[in-house]
Amino acid sequence: MDRWDGGDMKELAEWVIRDLFSKNPDTWQYTWAIYLAGMALAAVICLGFVAVFAGPVTWVERRTAGRIMSRIGPNRVGPQGVLQWLADGIKNLLKEDLIPDDADKPLFRLAPYLVFSGMFGTFVVLPFGANLIAADLDIGVLYLMAVTTLVVVGLLTAGWASNSKWALYGGIRSAAQLVSYEVPIAFALLVVVISTGSLSTQAIIKAQGGWPWQWFVAKNPFTFIAFFLLLTSAMAEGNRIPFDLPEAESELVAGYNTEYSGMRFLFFLFEEWANLWIMGAITTLCFLGGWQIPGVSPEKISASSGWTFVGWQLLSFAIFAAKVSWIVFIVIQARWTLPRLRVDQLMSTCWKYLVPMTLVCIAGVLFMDLYIVQGGITDKIIRWIMTLLGAAVIVLFFLRARYNYKMDKDKYPGLRNEKMWYPPYRMP
Amino acid sequence: MREKSGIAAYFDNAWKAAYSTFEGLAVTFSWMFRRPITIQYPDKIDKPTQETLPDGYRGILEVDLDRCTGCMLCSKTCPIDCIRVKIEKNEETKERFITSFDIDIGKCMYCGLCTENCKFGAIHHSKEFEATACKRSDLVIHFTDQPRPVAKPKKDREPVDKPLGQVVRKKLKVCFEDKEGK
Repeated sequence: MDRWDGGDMKELAEWVIRDLFSKNPDTWQYTWAIYLAGMALAAVICLGFVAVFAGPVTWVERRTAGRIMSRIGPNRVGPQGVLQWLADGIKNLLKEDLIPDDADKPLFRLAPYLVFSGMFGTFVVLPFGANLIAADLDIGVLYLMAVTTLVVVGLLTAGWASNSKWALYGGIRSAAQLVSYEVPIAFALLVVVISTGSLSTQAIIKAQGGWPWQWFVAKNPFTFIAFFLLLTSAMAEGNRIPFDLPEAESELVAGYNTEYSGMRFLFFLFEEWANLWIMGAITTLCFLGGWQIPGVSPEKISASSGWTFVGWQLLSFAIFAAKVSWIVFIVIQARWTLPRLRVDQLMSTCWKYLVPMTLVCIAGVLFMDLYIVQGGITDKIIRWIMTLLGAAVIVLFFLRARYNYKMDKDKYPGLRNEKMWYPPYRMP
Repeated sequence: MREKSGIAAYFDNAWKAAYSTFEGLAVTFSWMFRRPITIQYPDKIDKPTQETLPDGYRGILEVDLDRCTGCMLCSKTCPIDCIRVKIEKNEETKERFITSFDIDIGKCMYCGLCTENCKFGAIHHSKEFEATACKRSDLVIHFTDQPRPVAKPKKDREPVDKPLGQVVRKKLKVCFEDKEGK
């Protein structure tokens, strides 16, 4: 029996047909059934993962928000409130499913599923580990850009079908915002695609390495800037504050989901929080080396067998998840740090700043790729400088945070006779 | 600082956006290590909230019948008539009795006029505030069940000589037990 060293679900299905059923996948009459089973398996695993991620991350977000606002956050349901998301989900399931009389009922019912499938479709090409991917498409990044557009259609449908002013404004804003921000995202991804020479997500990761100086973020100054531009645009694409204009609770009640209730409302929220993972995963796979294990090449992983193979897969998944969680935390923190942009500011940020800057990045990367030999001494020096710059930014960040803490520390006992030190792992 | 214009303003804006985001994230990150100010009333607190309230807090009214001379000033000064005192006089011994002293805390607006008028320190605001009942009539606190003689006025007594709230606390608990049908 041959060992499975495939990259995605299709190859797993072919391996099953070849080695478990001893048939030729090209001629066997039941090949489609195995393919279908593989698809269903991948969908179920991804859906389970999204649900298990999107739920608890709401708790993480609310706890983080609480601490930033000097509050505690939800801590009553389950130990420290970790089951709060289940309680919220059950509550929303039990709520009445209201559809306004004047709504366009079929579209109103359809919209949440459009939004959800637009979000869930991206999981086809998002890798979770060295060989853990639903389908390693050759046009992965293009597919990613194309399928997320379905979210815009869903939001606009929701806004239109609700037959409410607030919802319509929210839907129109979301269309304007999401379509605009797809441009800088595409350009920022193009920087990576140029560096890799492939649109496949796994090929992009394999073009990088395990160590920080092998990542695309440290490749040259232009990719370094493109990383932050992509992160900013991805936040706008995911409707996160400070780019939260489609929902704009201070102006538009709740934007496109004003008229929704119960489970349909939950679908919108689900999409929003699952988007956090997508956001983090795209930035991680494009710029932060994806699942690459430091010191272990992808060839070594596919050459291993048995439990070692499984171990490498799990380790690569853990590394990928850790990087994504870091990005997700930054995005969550940015939400509770920055004030919201106005509509005109939002548009000028996109068209006047992000788009030209990403274009400059593309030009710069093309130039660097032409004149700097990969693996040459200039390339190595640039990578080291960029790595040190990144490290310096992170160190400076912690120094500034420490300074901010110390500034208020001495004043604190005047208010209450307790120490101010209260790290996040101390759960009140 | 002089307003920049043209291409300088463009890069200045971009730099300011990046720099202020960086500084803002550093500020909020430092808040992850600071003590939350939330008090988790009522269960996860070190000591009862009543003890942490400031002096002069106007809680539920409490009457010390050992001091009450039955002058009725509190009842008369109350703008909403929530204090109801009944005094009866024994015609033979000329002794006065307080037959009932009821305060309807459902009506009381905690203005404090009664406590200002009481020259003998008999009526006070305690720091009790948790008065919950299923019926409105449960919010009427009866300070005495049977007639008791009024106190003799003493001029040199201290205004308050014992911690407040004990009587009211007991009375309120009675309310709760009634509610549960005990």
